[in-house]
Amino acid sequence: MIEQALDVLSWILLTVGGACVFIGGLGALRLRSFYARVHAASLTDTTAALLIFPGMMLQSGFTLASLKLLAIMIFLLLTGPTATYAIANAALSSGLKPDAKPMDTDSSESAT
Amino acid sequence: MIFVFALFLLTLLVITAVAIVRTENLFVAVMLTSIYSLLMAANFFILDAADVALTEAAVGAGVTTVIFLSALALTADREKHRAGRRPLILGTVSVLTMLIIYATFEHPRLGDPEAPVHQHVAPWYLEKTPEYIDIPNVVTAVLGSYRGYDTLGEVFVVFAACIGVLFILGVRRGDAATPRRERTAGLRHHLIPQLVGRMLVPFIVLFGLYVQFHGEYGPGGGFQAGAIIATGVILYALLEGEAAALKAIPRSVLLGLVVGGASLYGAVGVTCMVLGGEFLDYSVLSDDAVAGQQLGILVIEAGVGMAVCGALLSIFHAFAARESQA
Repeated sequence: MIEQALDVLSWILLTVGGACVFIGGLGALRLRSFYARVHAASLTDTTAALLIFPGMMLQSGFTLASLKLLAIMIFLLLTGPTATYAIANAALSSGLKPDAKPMDTDSSESAT
Repeated sequence: MIFVFALFLLTLLVITAVAIVRTENLFVAVMLTSIYSLLMAANFFILDAADVALTEAAVGAGVTTVIFLSALALTADREKHRAGRRPLILGTVSVLTMLIIYATFEHPRLGDPEAPVHQHVAPWYLEKTPEYIDIPNVVTAVLGSYRGYDTLGEVFVVFAACIGVLFILGVRRGDAATPRRERTAGLRHHLIPQLVGRMLVPFIVLFGLYVQFHGEYGPGGGFQAGAIIATGVILYALLEGEAAALKAIPRSVLLGLVVGGASLYGAVGVTCMVLGGEFLDYSVLSDDAVAGQQLGILVIEAGVGMAVCGALLSIFHAFAARESQA
């Protein structure tokens, strides 16, 4: 009974996490301004890591694999937002204004 | 399921390759090469080649990207247009493509047990490794012991490549540039990357050591460990500036690692000869032949790790030193 409940919980976590990644990818492709794209990709990515890794840990149970997953999750939680900060900061210091009007696709691509 | 995943990854690989060819911005091309390597690493992993995947991820996606970026800092980041020759290039590429596609008709199906590669020496390796060397990772046994000569050759290729790059880019000079470099170096004024990076560097190096000394039991070994440790030190150099990294590990130590690693490998072979065996036949290193093999593999893997780590860091520093002079 408890096993089944854990399985269901884990699949809910995995599905919601997957949906987060999908929405993030969609946002990174579809949003108009550079900072909005970075924002979309970053937040959903971190949320997805927080959802998918516990989901996988529930699948693998109380084993060494869970510990490794935890280590990878902590690594991603540290590096993901840092990378986002670095990208946004690089864009800012190369002169892209955050409050700029929505760009057309071409100029935002050359900025990335 | 694995088939679907592999197909997906290979499709992405082709898209990335086309994008690399088509882009004119070299910075974008470098980033795409990194993505290509990461996809390739994932592909190797689903083919159960964890050792190769680890190398590809550490060297291809990690160190090479940094070295490419250092090289880009020395040149322009736009591709130059070259007129003419287009039909010739297109012709050559299409003929080669035809040949390769023709060659795949003879290719056995993936995982076919009747494939020639599974008929030759591989069954012998799988069958005899527990008896002769007694380590779980057969790849390490093949690499370190059965094919010890090949690996020795690879280490000397790394050694020669490192010496070649140092000859071309030069190691001397740059003393005068030190104060200027100090001031602008690294990401000192970016608090967040610096703090997170500082937190990560020790763990990256620790993971490298784990990969080094756990190579007999899991995927890994000298090549992967050397690349991972080099990545950690390069991260440190990016965060704190090249001068700080050189202070932590001076050039002489790096060169010592390259030369020492290659010599250590060779010395193991000579020791085997002195002890009455053949070159790189580790069985004579200990009273027990199996223990001797394990000892030999451990030592030569350490030599490989030292050489790879030293070579990658020397090449990185050679590029970075040029950058700060320019």
